[in-house]
Amino acid sequence: MPLDTSYTGQKFKLVGTRPLRPDGIDKVTGRAKYGADAFAPGQLVGRVLRSPHAHAKIKKIDTSKAEKLAGVKAVITSADLPDYTNGDRGMFDILENCMARDKVFYDGHAVAAVAAIDADTARKALKLIKVDYEILPHVTDVDEAIKPKAPILHDDIFTEGVEPKPKKPSNIAKRTEFGHGDVEQGFKEADIVIEKTFKTEQTHQGYIEPHACLANVGPDGQGEMWVTTQGHFVYRNQCAQLLGMDISKLRVTASEIGGGFGGKTHIWAEPLALALSRKANRPVKLVMSREEVFRASGPTSSTSIDVKIGARKDGTITAATATLRYASGPFYGMWAELGAMTSFACYDLKNVKSVGYEVLVNRPKVAAYRAPSAPMAAFAVESVIDEIAKKIGMDPVEFRIKNAAKEGTKSSYGPVYGPIGIGPTLEAAKNHPHMKAPLKKNQGRGMACGFWFNFGGQTCTSININPDGTAVVAVGTIDVGGSRASMSLMAAEELGIPYENVRCVVADTSSLGHNDMSDGSRVTFSSGMATVIAARNAIKVLCQRAAKMWDIPEDAVVWEDGCAKPAGANAGTFPPLTLKEIAAAAANTGGPIAGHNEFVADGAGVSFATHICDVEVDPETGATKILRYTVIQDAGKAIHPSYVEGQYQGGAAQGIGWALNEEYIYGKDGRLQNPGFLDYRIPVCSDLPFIDTVILEIPNPNHPYGVRGVGETSIVPPLAAIANAVSNAVGVRMTHIPMSPPRILKAIEGGPA
Amino acid sequence: MRYEAPVSVKEASALLAKERGASFVLAGGTDLLVRMKGGFIEPDLVVDIKRIKPMGEVKKSASGFEIGAAVPCCKLGENSALKKAWPGVVEAANLIGSKQVQGRCTIVGNLCNASPAADSVPALVAAGAKVVIQGPRKKRTIPVEQVPVAPGRTSLAKGEIITAIQLPKRNPRSADAYLRFIPRSEMDIAVVSAGINLTLDSKGVVTAARVSLGAVAPTVLLVDAAAKAIIGTKLDDKALADLAAACSAACRPIDDKRGTIEFRQKVAGVLARRAAKIAYQRAGGK
Ligand SMILES: Cc1cc2nc3c(=O)[nH]c(=O)nc-3n(C[C@H](O)[C@H](O)[C@H](O)COP(=O)(O)OP(=O)(O)OC[C@H]3O[C@@H](n4cnc5c(N)ncnc54)[C@H](O)[C@@H]3O)c2cc1C
Repeated sequence: MPLDTSYTGQKFKLVGTRPLRPDGIDKVTGRAKYGADAFAPGQLVGRVLRSPHAHAKIKKIDTSKAEKLAGVKAVITSADLPDYTNGDRGMFDILENCMARDKVFYDGHAVAAVAAIDADTARKALKLIKVDYEILPHVTDVDEAIKPKAPILHDDIFTEGVEPKPKKPSNIAKRTEFGHGDVEQGFKEADIVIEKTFKTEQTHQGYIEPHACLANVGPDGQGEMWVTTQGHFVYRNQCAQLLGMDISKLRVTASEIGGGFGGKTHIWAEPLALALSRKANRPVKLVMSREEVFRASGPTSSTSIDVKIGARKDGTITAATATLRYASGPFYGMWAELGAMTSFACYDLKNVKSVGYEVLVNRPKVAAYRAPSAPMAAFAVESVIDEIAKKIGMDPVEFRIKNAAKEGTKSSYGPVYGPIGIGPTLEAAKNHPHMKAPLKKNQGRGMACGFWFNFGGQTCTSININPDGTAVVAVGTIDVGGSRASMSLMAAEELGIPYENVRCVVADTSSLGHNDMSDGSRVTFSSGMATVIAARNAIKVLCQRAAKMWDIPEDAVVWEDGCAKPAGANAGTFPPLTLKEIAAAAANTGGPIAGHNEFVADGAGVSFATHICDVEVDPETGATKILRYTVIQDAGKAIHPSYVEGQYQGGAAQGIGWALNEEYIYGKDGRLQNPGFLDYRIPVCSDLPFIDTVILEIPNPNHPYGVRGVGETSIVPPLAAIANAVSNAVGVRMTHIPMSPPRILKAIEGGPA
Repeated sequence: MRYEAPVSVKEASALLAKERGASFVLAGGTDLLVRMKGGFIEPDLVVDIKRIKPMGEVKKSASGFEIGAAVPCCKLGENSALKKAWPGVVEAANLIGSKQVQGRCTIVGNLCNASPAADSVPALVAAGAKVVIQGPRKKRTIPVEQVPVAPGRTSLAKGEIITAIQLPKRNPRSADAYLRFIPRSEMDIAVVSAGINLTLDSKGVVTAARVSLGAVAPTVLLVDAAAKAIIGTKLDDKALADLAAACSAACRPIDDKRGTIEFRQKVAGVLARRAAKIAYQRAGGK
């Protein structure tokens, strides 16, 4: 029988309440164990030697002096990581990014690593490794990289997606295109056409916990790794492949995670720790410094985007185009493609076209950052939308409502939408008191919309009923935002037992089948759905056991309010059996009671948000203060509303930092100038107002409880909403993110923004 | 690495003078320990001065205030007499880092770290503060502005320790103020800063002024032309505009990750103007 996961409108007892999260006390008291908190007897300290050059050939690496230093137990280079990738370019890129082979591609690229008895010895050993570089010209800017004379990073990359196949290698790895209709015709029908170019600088997710792991590979080829990650199964699979190990021989346990936001979906130093451990025959603990995290993990793309939108005087958009250039670091990624797909997703457009270019530059390999690529595209599109509304004299909210996508709209990236929340979030914004609050001198208000796909993916979950009537939910998805509380709520709801009687744990890779990562806002949707199904499977077993205890047929038992009951008068008259009673009797009725589910969670619901923001700009210094901020987003169903609000607020906070001050700053020498939290300015607490939230619940028809993902969409509108607010406050259109004080002051004084 | 915590200045100075390797004074440690952890310095000897009693005291006398070199910045904010006499110096000290950092850090450490962007230094320079230095053989007193000579370098000789900062006696109708520009609201490094110290006559005319700027040159600037622009005025709009122009003109900034030349020049004038207004009001001017 095919699995039915459709929304039923079930009435809830627990779902939607706000109990404390099971990891809360450990986290606030410091007992929680993060990536750097593991210890193994005899463990060594791993450290990585990194390139100071943005682009160079490695002519020779001499490790002999380091190897001779007392206390050094292993030194590795790319020679210790032979290529097991079998022609898989994506995996080879990962291998090459983890440890440079013939060339270094960015400041911070790993070239060698050591394992030593202590940190001092390891540091000394790094200084003894001699690398002979031939320095090559470099390029770090996305627009410079596509100029004809730019230094080429890879001479075997020819732009994919163009006909005929180019004959010359290029820093444009791929071109993609989305859309429908006839945009030329659409622009002809427009009364007003606005075209503008925008730039956004590279930002880092800024998770507080650096990458850290404890790797232990024995002489028998079996290994274990404790690691901070958003996907321990993926880390396991990739590390096993890069090290030439059987997947079954590598067991990965995920630590608590101190933030990831996409940055912990990739492997960075983990294969190096494993290779060092294998070579040294000792456990190796490798913890990246903050500087290494900035220089050599996976920030998001810097971008350059052209947007052109045409509209009639009545407010109908007739055509829209976008050309998006996204830097992906030295290796191909689908970042511009995601930007192109998301750029116009909020609107119902007859004629639309977006083109993405993946641009290679001498910067770290880009990783996902919360709704990857969507915020920059939204910044460019929503800025032009605001300009057009202003030009035709229409309220920006009304203008968006008029053009908003709805159920049945063919989206700009292809699919036809089911029930969606863009219209409702806009209506809620229109009616929110924030929209009508008075503004003073030098203050401005801005609003903007955002979209994210959301994702489902491979999921495997088990529920075990314990002899005392409590239950353990074992999931394979990392808890990045309170999901263990949500899983426990859903399991308790189904089983009919108190929330406190359910404990949810993240199982290691040997205890469950493969699970995809905690990305794409998928955890509460996918693992949640798997938990509901697993609980229903456990209930089937519970009913069978009750039938046995009563000696009646299985189908004569129903489950209600946490008890087995006879299905009707014909089934016999027995007092209800509680889950606890059935569990206590399990040994005599067939043994342990469990429910399980493994599947691909299809049908993730697309997600929309509208944000409103008030700012005050000091006209003499260009300093911006965020005065008020409101997030309105469709959650489908908020299983645990507090943690949904937390996601809304967190995305907005990160977006505020990105909009105003965060940026990677490279020198002429191609070196990162600000690899630390002093000069890479994420907002501090006092920079932010209380971020107000409104949860809308438009059920996802494909989830039994109506859940959509909520984790990512909240970072999509902020760049645009704040840019619109600042532009309104200073009277000049801001086109370059971050809108740091020098950029704003320059714009006010008439220079290019 | 050796760690010593002597109880007298003489002992401390002798330890530093004797050490052949890299030796450092440790006050609050909010610069020193960060640099050690980052691997930028590898000391052979660290001499902690926090056990030296007189260094932990703020003394008021007929000739002014003397602030011990180990007094954490939070203590300055708790001293109401000091705050009343030198509100600008105290507000500068209380801008450093955060509550946690201020529980440890000192204004002498801020000075000796010799960052062009140090927050308390422009305020001390505007105040006309002096430092008392104990060397292995002799003691000397010099103006604050003579301590930093370049980013990260001071004029202190081997074995010399600053024991205290002296703030002069306050004339009536005098006040100071300090403002810095940072892109965030706290936990940041000044992109540009301005300190103003002035004295008024009974009619509200500025009779004496000192104007200093931070983060716009390798060391703090004392801008005489800016002081001249407001002396003899009641800080009218023209005087303020002249003050701002003199400050902008005096800047010798660089373009770097924290700001552009243009931005620093412009904002130096803006901050000086705003700080002057605050100081003027504090001094009783209307
Ligand atoms: C999180 C954080 C935020 C910060 N924010 C700011 C800020 O906003 N503004 C700002 O200006 N600074 C800031 N700093 C830098 C630092 O806190 C200040 O410079 C502080 O005043 C240093 O004082 P300290 O007592 O901790 O110095 P220490 O670290 O103890 O010493 C600094 C240097 O001075 C030398 N030294 C100290 N005392 C003496 C002495 N008596 N005689 C001779 N040499 C001496 C030391 O050897 C060392 O080289 C920040 C630092 C951190 C970690």
